[in-house]
Amino acid sequence: MDEALLRALTPTVIGILVRRGADFAAAEDAVQDALVEAVRVWPDDPPRNPQGWLVTVAWRKFLDAARADASRRHREVRVDSEPVPGPGEAVDDTLQLYFLCAHPSLTPASAVALTLRAVGGLTTRQIAQAYLVPEATMAQRISRAKRTVSDVRFNQPGDVATVLRVLYLVFNEGYSGDVDLAGEAIRLARRLAAMTRHEEVSGLLALMLLHHARRPARTGPDGRLVTLAEQDRGLWNTRLIAEGVDVLQTALTRDRLGEFQAQAAIAALHGDARTVEETDWVQIVEWYDELVRLTHSPVARLNRAVAVGEADGPRAGLAALAGLDPALPRHTAVAAYLHERDGDPVTAARLYAEAARSASSLPERDHLTRQAARLNTQLRS
Amino acid sequence: MTKYLLLKHYRGAPASFNDVPMDKWTPEEVSDHMQYMQDFATRLEGTGEFVDGQALSPEGTFVRYDGEGRPPVTDGPFAETKDLIAGWMVIDVETYERALELAGELSAAPGAGGKPIHEWLELRPFLTAPPTITE
Repeated sequence: MDEALLRALTPTVIGILVRRGADFAAAEDAVQDALVEAVRVWPDDPPRNPQGWLVTVAWRKFLDAARADASRRHREVRVDSEPVPGPGEAVDDTLQLYFLCAHPSLTPASAVALTLRAVGGLTTRQIAQAYLVPEATMAQRISRAKRTVSDVRFNQPGDVATVLRVLYLVFNEGYSGDVDLAGEAIRLARRLAAMTRHEEVSGLLALMLLHHARRPARTGPDGRLVTLAEQDRGLWNTRLIAEGVDVLQTALTRDRLGEFQAQAAIAALHGDARTVEETDWVQIVEWYDELVRLTHSPVARLNRAVAVGEADGPRAGLAALAGLDPALPRHTAVAAYLHERDGDPVTAARLYAEAARSASSLPERDHLTRQAARLNTQLRS
Repeated sequence: MTKYLLLKHYRGAPASFNDVPMDKWTPEEVSDHMQYMQDFATRLEGTGEFVDGQALSPEGTFVRYDGEGRPPVTDGPFAETKDLIAGWMVIDVETYERALELAGELSAAPGAGGKPIHEWLELRPFLTAPPTITE
């Protein structure tokens, strides 16, 4: 059973049904039904033309549902008035599907769920598992999202930036169950990059590839957080790093810089360094300057302070930190790190313990507690 | 089988026997403590007695409906139970005695000096649906 093929075909088949006159919500339902049937039938009786099979079955499901529906007459009139179905330009339909699923009228959580199902071809159960919510909850979230976009016309050009935000949200989600959401976000970004020449699509794809390449080194066997400086660089996936750098360089030559390209450039400089000492912090600070100019993001300023601390010494880092809001996430942890490097373990230990109390994830809390414990142990001896 | 909730507290319970704040431990002692709890959960998965466990942030807010068209109230004063609950684990065991045994074991997680912290845990049985057939 080729599940990857099914997932890859999903958005194309939805697009074909919509072009034949089905509304998006009904098309999406019909394709889900067809996928369920494919999982049942294909292992014993594989089709010669999987896409054709799915279109035929999904269209039949759609017609069954449409006939049963109270709005039967309305839909059938519309179906009758549609041009005769043909092979058509399926690629454009899929691009529209990305835009629709990331529509600005949807909440981020709904846009993510709808994208994973309609564009990604995941089942509701898989999405629910990945987000650790009951399947019924996720089913409701998806139905609500489909109702929200039901009046959106399918042929309007969409906003690439909202699509990228949704893919980035998918990428940043942890994963459980049988689907790796980071890998899924990369797959969807690759497909998107193949359809459009938008340089920020390449920027996001490069960023995700470069981060994903370091994932095996980012946590210890016990789930413990391993900082960038302490990571075993032999575990980094050099093939993904090379691909990320390649995608990024092509994007940069178009000379239309955006935040994802700038973030990818920073990730590329980390990925390029074979040892911590080799890291080109001066160039990283320059990219953070670009990022701050592009986004005015306080988080980018905070990260810039860390880079300044490495490039120009901890005092310079603390000076860069001084103007920032102490309520920023990870502000206290950064201050602790810079104070330690500045030779003040007492302040650093106090700040690490404080940062641990407000940490938002368990591995992060444990990591910061260990840092405080390490310094307090040193101070006692 | 009955489900029990094991509650870990931040404060509010009597001080534990080996009462040293975690940032005063050594990093190895912190790791050993985490490992103990992880091994405990893994072992209970093996015996089919583990249901779920989560840690909670020390942040918390009281919320109350304040009437039609008004934003919910979040102001105090309250007994600050957000201080209380640090995390929980749900187990599904045959007997109350087994639940006591396991809670005792979790409370023996090592702390400073590698010695058990003797932390107080709260143990509460879940209410269940009434049986469809009563004999």
